[in-house]
Amino acid sequence: MVEFALPKNSKITGGKTWPKPAGATETREFRVYRWNPDDGKNPSVDTYHIDTAECGPMVLDGLIWIKNHIDPTLTFRRSCREGVCGSCAMNIDGQNTLACTRSMHDVKDGAVKVNPLPHQPVVKDLVPDLTNFYAQYASIEPWLKTTTPTPQKEWKQSHADREKLDGLYECILCACCSTSCPSYWWNSDRFLGPAALLQATRWVKDSRDEATGERLDNLEDPFRLYRCHTIMNCAKACPKGLNPSEAIAELKLKMVERQI
Amino acid sequence: MSIDESHGSPRKSSSMRTPLGRVRNLGASGSGTSEFWHQRITGVALTLLIVPVIAVVMMLLGRNQAGATQILGSPLVAIVMLLFIISSAWHMKIGMQVVIEDYMHNEKLKLVAIMANGFFSAAVALASVYAILKMSSGV
Repeated sequence: MVEFALPKNSKITGGKTWPKPAGATETREFRVYRWNPDDGKNPSVDTYHIDTAECGPMVLDGLIWIKNHIDPTLTFRRSCREGVCGSCAMNIDGQNTLACTRSMHDVKDGAVKVNPLPHQPVVKDLVPDLTNFYAQYASIEPWLKTTTPTPQKEWKQSHADREKLDGLYECILCACCSTSCPSYWWNSDRFLGPAALLQATRWVKDSRDEATGERLDNLEDPFRLYRCHTIMNCAKACPKGLNPSEAIAELKLKMVERQI
Repeated sequence: MSIDESHGSPRKSSSMRTPLGRVRNLGASGSGTSEFWHQRITGVALTLLIVPVIAVVMMLLGRNQAGATQILGSPLVAIVMLLFIISSAWHMKIGMQVVIEDYMHNEKLKLVAIMANGFFSAAVALASVYAILKMSSGV
C-alpha cells in the first residue's frame, strides 16, 4: 500500500532555536527543515530570527540572511532571485512556491515555515533530489521533431498557432506542481506528473511538430497520463500562474479525439 | 549514504539503471483512453438514468412481489433498470480499478485485487440483471 506515514528515519525530531540577532528592533521567526545526510540523525526544524530591517522582503532574502549571519551550514538552491530559474522552489507555509517571489509578509500567523518540496528524496536541508522529475521531462522528448527536411530559414508558424502555446511555454520546471500532486506522491515512478505533461501538451500543440501521434502514443498509458484525477493542486501551486490540469485535460481530449 | 538511500525516498533504486531508463521502463502500454472514455460515458448515462430509476424505486415502495412484477413487466421499465445496472456495474468496476491502481503498490496483490474487482462487478451485474429479467418475465 501507499505509505501515508513518514518512514521512521524521516520523522522530525526536535531542532535548535538560534539566538535572536543582537540589537535588532524588528525580527521575524523562521522555522526551517534541516537534515544532514552525514550525521545519521533524523530531520529537525530549526528556529531562527531574522532582522527584518537588514533583510529584503522575500522568503529567499530571509534564508540568505540566515545563511550569511546566523548559520552558514543552511543549504538551499537559489540562482536568479526573480522567479525565472525555478531553483528556489520549496514548501513555504504549507504551499509549494518559489522562495524568491513569496514575500514573508504574505505569510500570516507567526513563523515562516520552510520545508523542502514534499515527497521527494532530500539531498540536504531544503534541497530535494529531482533526478526522477528531470528524467520524466526528458522522456517526453521536449524538442521539435520533424521528418520534412529542415527549411533554409526557419520553421514557419502562424500567429494563431503560436498563441496556442501561451500558458505552456512559460513553465520553468521548478517542480512545485508535480510535488504538490497526491497522484504524483503515490505513483511518481510511473505517473509523469503535471510538469512533464504540461510540456508534453506544449509539444503536442506545436503546429511545427510532425510527431504528434508518436507523442500521444508515448502517453497512452493508465499510469503515465491517466493517474491525473484533476485534483488541481498543480494549478494552485504554480508560481507562474499556469494550469497544468487544463493542459492534461487537453491531452486526454486529443487521445479521445483520435479514437472516435 | 547515497541520495537514493536517503530518508523519505519513494523509490527503491538499488539498480544501476539510468533515471531515463527507469522512467521509460516497459514503455507505454497503449491503453488507458478506452477506460477513461467508458468511465465518462457510463457517468453521463448514470446521470440521465438516475431520474427514471428513482421514479421506479418510488413506485416499487410498499408493493408486494406481484405488484413489483407487474411494474417490472413493462418493457420500458425493465430496459431502464437493465441499462442502469449495466452502467453502474461498469462504472463501479472502472472506478474501483483506478483506486486500486492508485494505492496498491504490491504488484501481486494489485493483480489479485483487480481480478477480484472484475469478478465482483460481473457477479453483481449478472445477479441484478437475472433478477430483473426474472421479475419482468413474471416467473
